[in-house]
Amino acid sequence: MEGDLAHIGAGLAAIGSGAAAIGVGNVAGNFLAGALRNPSAAASQTATLFIGIAFAEALGIFAFLVALLLMFAV
Amino acid sequence: MASEAHGAEEGGLVFHPMDQFIIKPLFGGDTIAWYTPTNASLWMALAVLAIIGLLVLGSSKRAIVPTRMQSIAELAYGFIYKMVEDICGKDGVKYFPYVMTLFMFIVCANFLGLLPLSFTTTSHFAVTTVLALAVFLTVTILGFVLNGTKFLGLFWVSSAPLALRPVLAIIELISYFVRPVSHSIRLAGNVMAGHAVIKVFAGFAAITVISPVSVLAITAMYGLEVLVAFIQAYVFTILTCVYLKDALHPSH
Amino acid sequence: MATETHDAGHTAADAAHAAADSAPGMPQLDFATYPNQIFWLLVTLVVIYLILSRVALPRIGGILAERTGTITNDLAAAEDLKAKAVDAEAAYNQALADARVEAQRIAAEARAEIQAGLDDAIVKADAEIAAKAAESEKAIAEIRANALESIKAVADDTAVEIVTAMGGTADAAAVSDAVANRVKG
Repeated sequence: MEGDLAHIGAGLAAIGSGAAAIGVGNVAGNFLAGALRNPSAAASQTATLFIGIAFAEALGIFAFLVALLLMFAV
Repeated sequence: MASEAHGAEEGGLVFHPMDQFIIKPLFGGDTIAWYTPTNASLWMALAVLAIIGLLVLGSSKRAIVPTRMQSIAELAYGFIYKMVEDICGKDGVKYFPYVMTLFMFIVCANFLGLLPLSFTTTSHFAVTTVLALAVFLTVTILGFVLNGTKFLGLFWVSSAPLALRPVLAIIELISYFVRPVSHSIRLAGNVMAGHAVIKVFAGFAAITVISPVSVLAITAMYGLEVLVAFIQAYVFTILTCVYLKDALHPSH
Repeated sequence: MATETHDAGHTAADAAHAAADSAPGMPQLDFATYPNQIFWLLVTLVVIYLILSRVALPRIGGILAERTGTITNDLAAAEDLKAKAVDAEAAYNQALADARVEAQRIAAEARAEIQAGLDDAIVKADAEIAAKAAESEKAIAEIRANALESIKAVADDTAVEIVTAMGGTADAAAVSDAVANRVKG
């Protein structure tokens, strides 16, 4: 029974991955919008883009990690 | 443990997504002492060999018109060199070999881990935590050695209103100490997640009807994983550079 | 730095050895393997660092610098050659212009010579033609004079004959005067 509750919790934690997907999409989309307005400045900002994506994705990875911990370590 | 029991009970559909990460001694035996050669150490050694093959053997001809291997080596060199120079400035160039070491190890380990039946060293928190801690300690020690107490100015945001500064200092301090955590878990989590998802899809392939979809999904995920393998190495390196910049020029 | 993490790994290992038997579901959380991984990772990183900083990076940096040097040299050489080509073109154009001027001069000379020759020839031809015309006029005048003489003689003869035929005697001198008067008349 305890394990079943942990599985439910893992499923709930997996929602966080979707939220991270929204965040990453936001970053990439806004970058593209900005890049199309000012293409000459876009190349210099790709590093910033990746850093932003990395930060957004890290939080999703945390959610994934919580799910894994609930699945396998509880 | 409950999940493993479940998987065994269902018979046809068996998921062992995490089995690929088990560390086994290379030459039999059960105990893993600190010196035992394991599959993890084997694939680390292969990463070293890959780096030697690419950077040392690839450039051994010193050709003015580069061969394929040499141009990849030059590309990697130029890529990281430019990154360090752009982000850390001219005085950060002397830490270039250190950054290059991290990048080459992570990128080689990631790509080697994508080979079927291989072991991905960077999917283990032990490995990525050491990498992230190495960066964290380097940055902290370097920051204090180079700047003395002025390094603490990193937490005292002088451009903010005075009343806000203590609050911001606490937030900055917390974010500073969360850095190695997110730095390491991002890498390991991304790599582990991709491999585990591929294994889950592979588990579905046991059902005949679903197997074509499963194979397609594995192919798509594999493509994504190739991308992730590089992007995560890139992100790890670029964040290392950003943190190094904080140590070299702590003023905001 | 390395020793610090290493020590940390050791203490983690001691703590984890007790819990190792429980075999967690996630191999990443099996702390018994941590010292092993950390040890080998540090070995790996040190090896990579030494290889990169001692051999690979200086070599690749050298190659890139050498290539930049070569390219700079080649560009300079190309610039030289281009300057030479521009010089050569200027010289060629100069020579071409000179040759054209020379050719024009020669042509003008030739034209002047020819013109002079032509003028001479025309003058000479004119003189010859004038001489010929004068000669011809003289000849014509002679011929005319002769013709007049002949006519007078014929007229005289004819008049004598006519007078004789009509039964008179013709005084040759009188007839001749009369004819001459008539012809003049």
